[in-house]
Amino acid sequence: MSKRIDVKDLNVYYGNFLAVEGVNINIAARSVTAFIGPSGCGKSTFLRTLNRMHEVLPGARVEGEVLLDGDDLYGSGVDPVAVRTHVGMVFQRPNPFPTMSIRDNVLAGVKLNGKRISKSDAEGLVESSLRGANLWNEVKDRLDKPGSGLSGGQQQRLCIARAIAVKPDVILMDEPCSALDPISTLAIEDLIEELKANYTVVIVTHNMQQAARVSDKTAFFNIAGTGKPGKLIEYAATTEIFNNPKVKATEDYVSGRFG
Amino acid sequence: MTRTAGEMTPATSKGPDVTTTQTKTPEQAEGPRPLSAREGAGGDKIFSGAALAAGAIILVVLFAVAVFLIAQALPALVAPQDQIAGGKGFWAYILPLVIGTVIAAVIALVIATPISIGVALFISHYAPREIAQILGYVIDLLAAIPSVVFGAWGISFLAPALVPGYNWLSSTLGWIPIFAGPPSATGKTIMTASVVLAVMIIPIITSISREIFLQTPKLHEEAALALGATRWEMVKMAVFPFARPGVISAVMLGLGRALGETMAVALVLSSGPLLASLIKSGNQTIAAEIALNFPEASGLSLSTLIAAGLVLFVITLVVNVVARWVISRHKEFSGAN
Ligand SMILES: Nc1ncnc2c1ncn2[C@@H]1O[C@H](COP(=O)(O)OP(=O)(O)OP(=O)(O)O)[C@@H](O)[C@H]1O
Ligand SMILES: [Mg+2]
Repeated sequence: MSKRIDVKDLNVYYGNFLAVEGVNINIAARSVTAFIGPSGCGKSTFLRTLNRMHEVLPGARVEGEVLLDGDDLYGSGVDPVAVRTHVGMVFQRPNPFPTMSIRDNVLAGVKLNGKRISKSDAEGLVESSLRGANLWNEVKDRLDKPGSGLSGGQQQRLCIARAIAVKPDVILMDEPCSALDPISTLAIEDLIEELKANYTVVIVTHNMQQAARVSDKTAFFNIAGTGKPGKLIEYAATTEIFNNPKVKATEDYVSGRFG
Repeated sequence: MTRTAGEMTPATSKGPDVTTTQTKTPEQAEGPRPLSAREGAGGDKIFSGAALAAGAIILVVLFAVAVFLIAQALPALVAPQDQIAGGKGFWAYILPLVIGTVIAAVIALVIATPISIGVALFISHYAPREIAQILGYVIDLLAAIPSVVFGAWGISFLAPALVPGYNWLSSTLGWIPIFAGPPSATGKTIMTASVVLAVMIIPIITSISREIFLQTPKLHEEAALALGATRWEMVKMAVFPFARPGVISAVMLGLGRALGETMAVALVLSSGPLLASLIKSGNQTIAAEIALNFPEASGLSLSTLIAAGLVLFVITLVVNVVARWVISRHKEFSGAN
């Protein structure tokens, strides 16, 4: 089940430091949205507010609303743990659990919160998740081997399989290809294209071509100077952002003429 | 090979190679200059030589100590049975001590391990930063307290305090042999000694475990949280698997200290023959037996004590080998690759 995200007047803090200010953005269900912008402008910070991972850091907090199909993730009585089962995340560096087998990695999120799952259901879920991550054929003969024995690109796809096994509504990806070779990167990009059919995908990337290739809409973030908060500068269809941006800073950034 | 070597002849070489010529060792000067001769190789040589020497010295010293101990202990092993304390030979003398030692150490571990892991985890993953820091200092301080102090605390405070508990145990659970009465009126039992040992090793195990828990990669903790894990589930998924080998090592260190502890046990335990009951006075450990009898020992009785020390050494060795085996069993899944 794919859900839309609406963010209203979001301010994100690390302690007293305002890292991201005044973000308003509407992300449609079943779409791929790319976040681009210079280093330190708060892309990761903002992305992590969408599944309440931001607040696991001491002192980190948020003001404003993030609505998932209309439900405020930061409303009173909302459990951040439950939020994260609806909004999955893939990190910059592949992080399968090193002590778990490939199978157990895929099932890691499914077995949480005391949930039980029958053996045959588990087998089916492992296969469908790994197929969904385009990894099944490469690992079907070694599901009991440790996940850390895979290549970097395979590990990242294992992490995607692990994220989709819990059947989230949204998948967030923070520079998922930056530690990967071009072939693995292409494999992940193809996968993102397929994930769009069932999930809302939000991806942070430094690679303009990647943003152009995979995303429907693109959000450009920028920062006025060190110590200043990052802001959402322009948000539009990807072709619009790359071919016909409204804001000068966006044009400078996507054309590579950046400060 | 030859082409590369040719390129490195002085005629074609540039600056850096000149220095390698100067650092050539005498053997290398004879034949053609090997490719491995680089600047800094001299430093490597010195360091590896020093490391080798240090390693060799340790082995030699250990070997010398072992030879000395075995030579000293031998008379006790070959002496006629009736001349050994107890009158039934060395093995009959040492067996109850071995059992007493192991029982005391195991009880101490059973008490100390869960408490230590709990406290370490509280400090590393639950407590607010200020409290964690203060607790950390306190634990490190506790680890530095000499064992005599723990022993003194054991006799003056803990032993009397435990007497009512022992009375209760023997009256309600007395049918279990380990709680058989009548309990010691002073509380100076092997159970008390084990509790003192537990208190002594809790700081070590806690301190090391906390260090290891703190080193859990953020990457894996966040992976668990992002899947919807609660904090405790995150600990089970990311922290414990990562920390397992280190915590086992920490527990083994604690066990080593518990096995070898002399003063605390010697002070707290009113020793006697081996008994099934943990709450009567009786039982003895090897280390305490050596400490109590060493001052007056001479000749054959000295040999007996040294042989007892050797037995303790063997126990400790076995424990460490087992621990290593346990740690290596899961190597493939350790995340080292
Ligand atoms: N844990 C933290 N504590 C305090 N400040 C932080 C923390 N993480 C990030 N920041 C600050 O927040 C701002 C935004 O950082 P963020 O990591 O979101 O940038 P980014 O756009 O993802 O950059 P990059 O493209 O390099 O990943 C930066 O000024 C950064 O210094
Ligand atoms: Mg980032």
